[in-house]
Amino acid sequence: MLRIEYAYWLIAAFLLYTSWRKARERQVYCAAFWGLLGLLFATGDAVLAAQQAGHELPAQLAGCAVIALALIAPRMRRKAHPETASASARLASALRLGHKLFVPALMIPLVTLVVALIGEHLSIGGYALFAKPQMTLTGLMLACVIALVAAARVAHAPLLQGLSEGHRLLDAIGWAALLPLLLAALGQVFTQSGVGAAIAALAGMILPEGNAFLCLLVFSLGMVLFTVIMGNAFAAFPVMMAGIGLPLLVQRYGANPAILGSMGMLCGYCGTLLTPMAADYNLVPAALLELRNPYGVIRAQAWSAAGIFIATFVAMSLLVFR
Amino acid sequence: MNYWPLLGVAVIVIGFALRFNPVPVVVCAALLSGVLAGMPIPALLALLGKSFVSSRMLLMFVLTLPAIGLLEHAGLREHAQQWMGRLRGMTLARLLIGYLLVRELLAMLGLTGVAGHPQTVRPLLAPMGEAAAEKIHPGLTDGDREEVRAVAAATDNIGRFFGEDVFIALGAVLLIQGFYAQHGIELTPLAIALWALPTAIAAFVIQSVRIWLFQRRLKRRASPFPTGQET
Repeated sequence: MLRIEYAYWLIAAFLLYTSWRKARERQVYCAAFWGLLGLLFATGDAVLAAQQAGHELPAQLAGCAVIALALIAPRMRRKAHPETASASARLASALRLGHKLFVPALMIPLVTLVVALIGEHLSIGGYALFAKPQMTLTGLMLACVIALVAAARVAHAPLLQGLSEGHRLLDAIGWAALLPLLLAALGQVFTQSGVGAAIAALAGMILPEGNAFLCLLVFSLGMVLFTVIMGNAFAAFPVMMAGIGLPLLVQRYGANPAILGSMGMLCGYCGTLLTPMAADYNLVPAALLELRNPYGVIRAQAWSAAGIFIATFVAMSLLVFR
Repeated sequence: MNYWPLLGVAVIVIGFALRFNPVPVVVCAALLSGVLAGMPIPALLALLGKSFVSSRMLLMFVLTLPAIGLLEHAGLREHAQQWMGRLRGMTLARLLIGYLLVRELLAMLGLTGVAGHPQTVRPLLAPMGEAAAEKIHPGLTDGDREEVRAVAAATDNIGRFFGEDVFIALGAVLLIQGFYAQHGIELTPLAIALWALPTAIAAFVIQSVRIWLFQRRLKRRASPFPTGQET
């Protein structure tokens, strides 16, 4: 049965390979960074299992490794990337291979789609092929492996070259790859240390008495602002709801909870478009697309976010107090 | 109420404003907030390690890189651009709006993992967008190219975010339902998901208009004011 853990082991192997390549190029900090990250991925299951069983030490060591990564990251120099093939060689190869090049690239979304849709029902001799949790991601892992094999066949290249090209791309992304995970951890720490409750208390202080519309405005803007800070509307939602949404809007002013919940969450999504804290949507793509400005994606979507927020807020204020 | 942990938020804001490397800034903010909240250091370390390890799925995109890298080496982007150049009637706006529609509909079906920045935007959408922009404005500058790529990435984000809440079995809707259930208000997921539809439509319309305006801006840049008009 294919499980999501296999994907983590594959990622660990790829990270360790990158580390080994960096060590051969005598880039010590890069080698240490990817190596440490690879170790965290390889031992992740053991750390979580030990934590479940009540042993804190592995998790504490993982925490120390995270701090070490943070100390190494600023020392990684991103160098200009010499493409491994010249522009003319790539153009000639593009002319020769034509549409065949699309096939492996499209296999990644297509295989993922198939597994997401019918993965539950696939079995060999009554033995389920895919484990139920995280089926789409497991499908993505399978799709990536199949696409790599297909790409090697189409390009008449050895499989190992895929690893080496992948290492080139990963190197171009650099420490930005780490941010989504770190921000998820930061969100957990913020929640545990009561940052949310403090913000809700502050929002309550500036709230005007007896004006439902202004209260709704503070709630929606609070969803945006808190999402910008936390990088995730899911973290903002319970805080703003417990602080303002439920006690004031629903219980005092009679707002419709379904509309308030749904549209309030979407206001938070507008905040996600605006913040570097949502690294996997805003900073990692900027690195992947090799933009010189790390905030280029945020800049491209800021006005859309403002427009969508206004539209959502207007709809909400018209519908929610019916 | 202990307001001191809020200093962690201040660290984040100042760190991003001064353009420090975000990785140590984020870790410092986490450590500071935890300490100010009175967490013992060993518990704080364990919390940091555990939450980092349990969000490993966020690095799944790394697995797409070997296949994409190999295909790029073999000329995938060049081919996407050439093909785009030959397609008659395919404009930048039509390409991006079409992608937006497909992405939003897929997200509504809960298939958010199917497309994305490493799988579809970098290898396909961005190079095709650049080629389509070149049809409008053959003298694209590097800045223009980066803008096309950024708009492609933004289109992917918007399609994904505002589609996914219309699907009932996805995280956000269940989170909303769970929150209300804890507080004694029973709602069906469908009753919540339905109200995401107006925003989904508004997001599609707004981003489409902005794509179209971007295309018009590129056209303007391509034909600056005619030069021979001095009287």
